[in-house]
Amino acid sequence: MSNDTDQLLRRILTDVLGLKPGQADGFDADTGLFGHLPELDSMAVAGLLTELEDRLDIVIEDDEIDGEMLETYGGLLAFAEAKLAEA
Amino acid sequence: MTPTNWPCPLPDGGMSQEYALTFDRQRRHRLLILPALFDEGNRLRRFTVEVMRRLDAAGIDAFLPDLPGCNESLQPLGKQTIPGWLAATIEAGRHFSATHALGVRGGCLFTPVELPALHYVPVKAASILRQMLRARVLSSREAGREETRETLAEQARTSGINLAGYEFGADFYSHFEPLVPDSGATVIEQGKLGGSGLWLRAEPDEDATQSDTLAAILTAEITA
Repeated sequence: MSNDTDQLLRRILTDVLGLKPGQADGFDADTGLFGHLPELDSMAVAGLLTELEDRLDIVIEDDEIDGEMLETYGGLLAFAEAKLAEA
Repeated sequence: MTPTNWPCPLPDGGMSQEYALTFDRQRRHRLLILPALFDEGNRLRRFTVEVMRRLDAAGIDAFLPDLPGCNESLQPLGKQTIPGWLAATIEAGRHFSATHALGVRGGCLFTPVELPALHYVPVKAASILRQMLRARVLSSREAGREETRETLAEQARTSGINLAGYEFGADFYSHFEPLVPDSGATVIEQGKLGGSGLWLRAEPDEDATQSDTLAAILTAEITA
């Protein structure tokens, strides 16, 4: 399951950031996202979270979103896995 | 490709000249395109025009009008109404003598009922607003202000709201929110285009293969 979530998250980031195939494979837990990539502004993050909801069939509440979960790839992956575990 | 104007009825009974991009060679098949809305409209505009170029090459005329308050329009978005937009798209269809209509994403909410409609990945108005509200919550939080989507939506319904630079009047917001695409249209899902939707991109992008494929699907549907 966790491996599936990892792959799915890399696919969503590929779609949002317009990465070349395979480019997201280089993301590790410390890869910076929100605040590190200029193109990842609030509208792009909103799109990313909405896409995450649709593809994982989860609901993300406003108060669950914090800087930490969005700051790195590892943070976002841990959040997505936790949401799936409680679903 | 010719830029032109078209006479658009306004909610107050007046008329405005709105902009449109057209490929018009007086051909038999004439497609009115209702563009994606707001932020998605910016991200999908080049893709939409690339599809129009291919339709032109395939012998289909295409017309991409601005809705009042959108793109190059001089009308304030905050003064537009949903019945006004519906009347505007019907008038655009008549003005350009369209034989078919294509909705792109949010544009699917406004394809005129009198034309056979094709919907490219239709989206509910509530989904468009959900994302815009979320972007507003995120940017406010960055600025140190705590807002929630629920309270913002409530504010939008009673006194209007600015979301991502788009000024929505209370009446427009309230009537827009429940809109869903007409179920009678022919739906073209993203899976048929061989790639992810370009509206997902943080920056506007293009994809020649997707433009080719969508144009081919549209040509087959329109000339069938």
